[in-house]
Amino acid sequence: MIDSPPVAAGGFRTALRRLRRNPAAIVSALVLLTIVFACFPGAPLWVSHACNHGPSDQNIQGTITENGHKVPVVKNDGTPIGPGLRACYLLGADSNGRDLFVRILYGGRISLEVGFISAIVCVTVALVLGILSAYAGGMTDSAISRLLDLIWSFPVYLLAVALATAFAVHGIAVGPIHVASTSLAIPIVVIAIVYVPYVARPIRGQVLSLRRMEFIEAAVASGAGPVKIMLAELLPNVASMALVFLTLIVATNILTEAALSFLGVGVPLLTPSWGNIIEQGYQTIVTAPWLTIAPGLAIMITVVSLNVLGDALRDALDPHARLRIRQ
Amino acid sequence: MVRLLLGRLAGLVAVLVAISVMVFVIFNVIPGGDPALRLAGRHPTQQNIRQIRHDWGFDQPLYTQYFDMMNHLFIERDLISYQDQTPVLPAIRRGIPRTLSLAIGAALIWMIFGITIGVLSGLYQGRWLDRVLTVVALAGVSIPIFWLGAVMLYVLTYKYHSWPIFSWIPPGGYVPFTQDPAGWATHLFLPWITLAVVSIGFYARVVRNSLLDTRHQDYVRTAKAKGLSPSRVLVRHTLRTCLIPVVTLFGLDFGAVVGGTVILIEPIFGLEGVGQYAQESVAHLDLPPLMALTLYGAFFVVFFNMLADLTYLWLDPRSRTT
Repeated sequence: MIDSPPVAAGGFRTALRRLRRNPAAIVSALVLLTIVFACFPGAPLWVSHACNHGPSDQNIQGTITENGHKVPVVKNDGTPIGPGLRACYLLGADSNGRDLFVRILYGGRISLEVGFISAIVCVTVALVLGILSAYAGGMTDSAISRLLDLIWSFPVYLLAVALATAFAVHGIAVGPIHVASTSLAIPIVVIAIVYVPYVARPIRGQVLSLRRMEFIEAAVASGAGPVKIMLAELLPNVASMALVFLTLIVATNILTEAALSFLGVGVPLLTPSWGNIIEQGYQTIVTAPWLTIAPGLAIMITVVSLNVLGDALRDALDPHARLRIRQ
Repeated sequence: MVRLLLGRLAGLVAVLVAISVMVFVIFNVIPGGDPALRLAGRHPTQQNIRQIRHDWGFDQPLYTQYFDMMNHLFIERDLISYQDQTPVLPAIRRGIPRTLSLAIGAALIWMIFGITIGVLSGLYQGRWLDRVLTVVALAGVSIPIFWLGAVMLYVLTYKYHSWPIFSWIPPGGYVPFTQDPAGWATHLFLPWITLAVVSIGFYARVVRNSLLDTRHQDYVRTAKAKGLSPSRVLVRHTLRTCLIPVVTLFGLDFGAVVGGTVILIEPIFGLEGVGQYAQESVAHLDLPPLMALTLYGAFFVVFFNMLADLTYLWLDPRSRTT
């Protein structure tokens, strides 16, 4: 990478002004806000006010009234009701009579949580490793770089699958830390680990070019220790890059959660997530295609918005923050 | 050059060794994966389990077990799975032509379309093609690939299968090229499209941006000043340089597809290639095939990355001097 000047102080304010002038960024931010609002405060509100079915409530024998007729939620041949403009079963039901719309709202909570928390973990680890290895240099640098190379050489899905299957059997038990195999922490940690190299490498590159600049020399001359230099001088200068990566990594992580859940090694089966809903819906795609199509669209809309926002953030903050992860 | 090549090959071997150790540790140190219990069947006696542990060498120290597995994988080549005790290598060998058929065909489609669209939209910057491309590229990286495959399969081979334009698409499965080339292509058509769609837009964007960067370079101006025809300037001077980032990207992607993405696509279309074998081994927590498959995948990732670096040296004369 070519040396790039660090973002000047006050860069965030300029960036915000640039973002406000970008209609695509505003639209995608609004879409994301709507999705987050619908999933977090919206899901229980919908359940208590529009239709009294929780995400896991079955209703195989039930009926709903539509145009004055009584319609069964699940027909005798096992075909569930399809999408339609009504309060209950807006997007139809699955073969257990569960409300797909409610499941997508609650599934969105899990998918967004997993995507966001694992992105935070991933970017934090990447910041620590990237800054440390570039600033310390020498043995530390080669050790960290080799480790990143190694993780990076694994095909992403195979590594995630290997880790997730191993953890999924009996959970993680390292010393005093004990994580149950049904915990959400497992997909979060797995997804965070596999993408660390993609973020840590560019951060390391950036710090390598920052390290030779005069303000670092000035800090050293004024007696600042290495920890202070890393935290007070280097970290703020890669913060904008990290923020861009964070947005883009959340998008990737949501896709990865879906893929891992689809393979059966992501979020535990009984917890609805967008990936799990697709995985279960796919079994009956011929009789009830909406169970596959609707959650996939939810993923797509969310991920497109995150990617648009990430691109806009990059244009506004740090045009050098390039990230590309292959599905 | 030879020294560089040897160095990279040594690096490749080192990475594969490290990965094999990592996979082995992941599966053995973390509790719960005791294969003896699974091999013993439904109602095992203590003695049964002890016997199996002894026969399969699970009572040996871990490093002995590791070398034993590597010996069976690379030297004796008779590694067998824990799940159904079938040999692993023939299953992978059977899957490779299927997986490569999928990956190479899709790669051809996404490279041809990606480069063509990218060059066109770079030449006609700001026009409708250029705008559409931005949207397509973005959608491509945002679709869950397995979902796209599942929905396409449902729509084209079930829902609207009676339409004459779709009725020739078979609902999954694989036919070897040597048996029936036409059947091979029709069976792979949907998987190819699925895999290519997520990349075409992205590649086109990379080509477009790179074209816009190179168009104003000094050597392009010199070529124009020499009086070369515009098409010659474009092909010999601009395109040659602007395709360099695409080559590097392709190296990374092709390895990642063959070694990873196929796990999401093959089960949908029932291609029964290496990816589907991996997916089935995951479902059974079967270490021997997963070990072999992870090494196979990592080999492709590192190997194609290496190939991309070497092609880069060959394509860009500037990089050879530094």
